[in-house]
Amino acid sequence: MTIKEIQEEIIDEFANFDDWMQRYEYMIELGKSLPLIDKQYKTDDNLIKGCQSKVWVHAELKDDKIVFTADSDAIITKGIVAILIRVFSNQHPKDIIEANTDFIDDIGLKEHLSPTRANGLVSMIKQIKMYAIAYQTQLK
Amino acid sequence: MFNVEKIRQDFPILSRKVNGQPLVYFDNAATSQTPQQVIDVIVDYYSNYNANIHRGVHSLSQEATDKYEAARHKIQHHFNAEKAHEIILTSGTTHGINLVASGFASLLSASDEVIVSALEHHSNIVPWQMLCEKTGAVLKVIPMNDEGELVKDIYNDLLSDKTKLVFVNHISNALGTINPIEHIIKKAHQVGAAVLVDGAQACPHIKPDVQALDVDFYVASAHKMCGPTGVGMLYGKEEWLNKLPPYQGGGEMIAEVTFEKTTYADLPHKFEAGTPNICGGIAFGAAIDYLNNIGFDAIATYENELLDYATKQLLTIEGLKIYGTSKHKTSVISFNIGTIHPYDIGTIVDKLGIAVRTGHHCAQPIMDYYKIPGTIRASFAFYNTKAEIDKLVNALKKAIEMLS
Repeated sequence: MTIKEIQEEIIDEFANFDDWMQRYEYMIELGKSLPLIDKQYKTDDNLIKGCQSKVWVHAELKDDKIVFTADSDAIITKGIVAILIRVFSNQHPKDIIEANTDFIDDIGLKEHLSPTRANGLVSMIKQIKMYAIAYQTQLK
Repeated sequence: MFNVEKIRQDFPILSRKVNGQPLVYFDNAATSQTPQQVIDVIVDYYSNYNANIHRGVHSLSQEATDKYEAARHKIQHHFNAEKAHEIILTSGTTHGINLVASGFASLLSASDEVIVSALEHHSNIVPWQMLCEKTGAVLKVIPMNDEGELVKDIYNDLLSDKTKLVFVNHISNALGTINPIEHIIKKAHQVGAAVLVDGAQACPHIKPDVQALDVDFYVASAHKMCGPTGVGMLYGKEEWLNKLPPYQGGGEMIAEVTFEKTTYADLPHKFEAGTPNICGGIAFGAAIDYLNNIGFDAIATYENELLDYATKQLLTIEGLKIYGTSKHKTSVISFNIGTIHPYDIGTIVDKLGIAVRTGHHCAQPIMDYYKIPGTIRASFAFYNTKAEIDKLVNALKKAIEMLS
């Protein structure tokens, strides 16, 4: 699936929720259940320090696609991390560079990408894009 | 007679909703809300007498200057400074600290020592670290104990004739501990060191008397005292303010300044370069009037009642741990629940209309001491109620249910 298709799928899933509580319960479930990163990659090198929560991101290239794994020390942040991984992992660097994250607004989680939240997610998206640019250069 | 329902009517923001829920504002240690009486002064300034001060001969300028200087006098009387020109209007506490730290760059050498406390906000650590980097002076730290109190005995041992400056907050922003500043000032003066007290967290709750304290510098922010953001005050003893070079003008220029020969304007203008926050200064004065009309004794009595009630209610929650358990504290409660991340709790309770602060509260050394990523901090003001505390407790229970 393309990034756009995955984003639309997520929007559809969230449309089933009636209120914020259901949305958050879903994200908390995501945050609790997913093992998102191999322990060996949960290092300071891969750490993005937010003021509030921490995020770890690891990237590697497999068959011209980038595979991202990530984690967070806060459950809700981890839930959003899981959504971002679902969107951006296993995609071509070029597509990642061109993609946006507007779907986050559509699923009612915009506030988590606000600079005041300082949860590491904005930096995580930047980091994902940086990896894409770096691998894109490598592929050329 | 203290009547919280009547007081709440002064604050228009308290009747708004957040996320569809009535706002419960428990982030008062970050910034306080503004009463209509202060908002009116701000509107009146821009509607009727907005003009630059200290330089116009026209009537508007004169009017604005008179009101601005009247505000300085209000601040002077509030803090019981001996002279009005010992009050420097700043952009806030951080500005005041930087002004003093920058001034001390020309007074310190590599053989000197300065002392900070373990309970400080980053704004009362970083400017002094920068000062030490510049001068080679050594930074020493008064440690804290598990209750979140400073260890007085170690402080006494840190002092020596090398100590030139001690800087400590009156009340810790992260834990609410009231520090023994009388003791700290007295002991520092015995070795000839000056003391700066960061009063940002104290001034919403108590009325400091700078002469009785015999403090050398005292700094505060209006926005924590029901005033506007972007304005604050630095009190300095006249002899100290005369010794310090002007803050704005550049570091290189400061190095050439000598104390004997000064070509700068007299106090307080020497430290007030540029057009100040005129409206903010006047509104700061109005905020001080507002607080004094309620009365600091009444405020303290009521806030202590809230603190006791909230402490008891919060401790009914299983796994809740309070950080900062000194007997001497103000209406701030920093806590965590089990191993749940403060960010998760803060996010859920926000959805329920409750504003608390989460994170390290710009006091990372304290979090490092307790080996935690941060805390949830509920800080109460005189316009909060016990019913709001009940709402917080219920919201926390809901958050625990969702997160565990």
